[in-house]
Amino acid sequence: MDLPLADFLQIDLPALLVAVLAGLCCGLPGNFLVLRRQSLIGDAMSHVVLPGIVVGYLLSGTLDTLPMLLGALSAALISAVLIEGIKRLGKIEAGAAMGVVFTSMFALGVLILEQTGASGVHLDVEHALYGNLESTLWLGLNNWQDLVSPSGLEQMPNSLQRLLGVCLLVILLTVAFFKELKISTFDPEMASSLGFSARLISIGLVIITALSAVAAFDAVGSILVIAMFICPAATARMWTDCLSRQLWLSAFFATLSGITGYLVAAFGPLLLGADFALNAAGMIAVIACVFQGISMIFAPDHGKLGRVLKQRHALKMKQNLP
Amino acid sequence: MIAKLLRLQPRHSLSTDEARSAPLAIEGLSVAYHHKPVVWDLSFVAPAQGLVAVVGPNGAGKSTFIKAALGLIPKLSGEITVYGKSVASQRHLIGYVPQRGSVDWDFPASALDVVTMGLYGKIGWLRPVRKAHRATAMGYLEQVGMADFADRQIGQLSGGQQQRVFLARALAQDAALYFMDEPFVGVDAATERAIVNVLKDLKDQGKTVICVHHDLQSAPDYFDHALILNIRPVASGPMAETFTAENLQHAYGGRLAPSELSGLIPLAGQ
Repeated sequence: MDLPLADFLQIDLPALLVAVLAGLCCGLPGNFLVLRRQSLIGDAMSHVVLPGIVVGYLLSGTLDTLPMLLGALSAALISAVLIEGIKRLGKIEAGAAMGVVFTSMFALGVLILEQTGASGVHLDVEHALYGNLESTLWLGLNNWQDLVSPSGLEQMPNSLQRLLGVCLLVILLTVAFFKELKISTFDPEMASSLGFSARLISIGLVIITALSAVAAFDAVGSILVIAMFICPAATARMWTDCLSRQLWLSAFFATLSGITGYLVAAFGPLLLGADFALNAAGMIAVIACVFQGISMIFAPDHGKLGRVLKQRHALKMKQNLP
Repeated sequence: MIAKLLRLQPRHSLSTDEARSAPLAIEGLSVAYHHKPVVWDLSFVAPAQGLVAVVGPNGAGKSTFIKAALGLIPKLSGEITVYGKSVASQRHLIGYVPQRGSVDWDFPASALDVVTMGLYGKIGWLRPVRKAHRATAMGYLEQVGMADFADRQIGQLSGGQQQRVFLARALAQDAALYFMDEPFVGVDAATERAIVNVLKDLKDQGKTVICVHHDLQSAPDYFDHALILNIRPVASGPMAETFTAENLQHAYGGRLAPSELSGLIPLAGQ
């Protein structure tokens, strides 16, 4: 297969980078969401951004990304407040509160979209679901040196810039507040009694989740956002009982899913002789689930196979006893 | 000092000097969930050195009392001071052992990780855990006989071992006033002895432990003070004067069988 370097740099590299960065900035906070049994909040955030984007577009009247992203972020924060409020006032569990909020916000988004005629523009359901990973182009890259040259960097796609910024912020905050996140996730009462307000940390986590969801949503779509909030963390949990190692592993699985998924989607069919490419975001999400499935069976301590073998071994030991 | 305190807190209604310097002084504490009172008009002053058993029937507000004292749940009314100042400003002096069932034991953490959390308050916001901290935490694990299990994931410990990890974490807080919520529930004999020894050590070091306790039979053996509670306070003070059959029957609504009180009758005569 002949692959000119410039094609790879302009088409495949930016898509790979976006996929990996989106995976990282959703995957890292995902660890804490999964451990807090709040994985659904990633799902909620990726749906509630729709009305925010529509309202952002209507208010600004332009297709500029900034107003839409601000709208999305506001919608995410408003819904975080709503979820918390409904949980308290309605006295219902978190999952139900999230369900109420994200379905109604998404429905509101669809209503406004249909009513105002914004639907014809750039906002369509397909885009919301799958993103536009394949259309992320980094023009101006002809060889590897362009990657570090000012003119090359200048043409870095906007979605990639945003994701890079959010990703660095997420990594920085996760490292800085690791201890606080750990204790408030494990034992919120103890955290509060030590002066680490569990509520404050939990609000911070939701804000970061919203920010990551919004930054990633535009590029990779809601399905991949949801998958990346849950799969890398849940997969990593199968391989270790140490939280910091789990974070590293989740970053590893997010990266691996992004790269493998994109390459399979882009080149898999070609290698098989078919003349088409698969949807990359969809394939990455599938690959992330495959990793999860493999881990559930083969992980040494938490995998099914390991447990069965250990039980067999114990049974044998017992039978060999006089 | 007292004048300064009075100036800072003019509405302070805790009148005696003793109450003002007590490890824990509570005046008129009321807590309600929705419309239902859970703790009502509780006033209590903890002794400067001693082990206090908080006893009462289910739903008497024992855990609520502890959580309100720690500032974890909002109170309807009342004043709480710890060594004469607000709870928020004295957190470094307070240690806490929550109920074992209140956390997720599947959490990816080792016994040593959990004990190290007791040091987080001293480490402070944004500062990382260092090797020296883990070494300190290891010392507390040794103190409760759990050094061999330091690297074990907490879910793979027995109930008693988990309770000892919690205890070691509280010791790591190096507090002056401890709150413990039913540390003796569901533990084996070895752990029960370990907890009793830790309680004695804490008392010998001049500390105060306020401990929710279920077992009326062992309470007089393990503790020297009692707070008997049934939403409203029934009695509090030194064990010998407080832990009488009459007070207990009052708190439990006369539902205690004579056998449950048999061990306590001699005390009542003192």
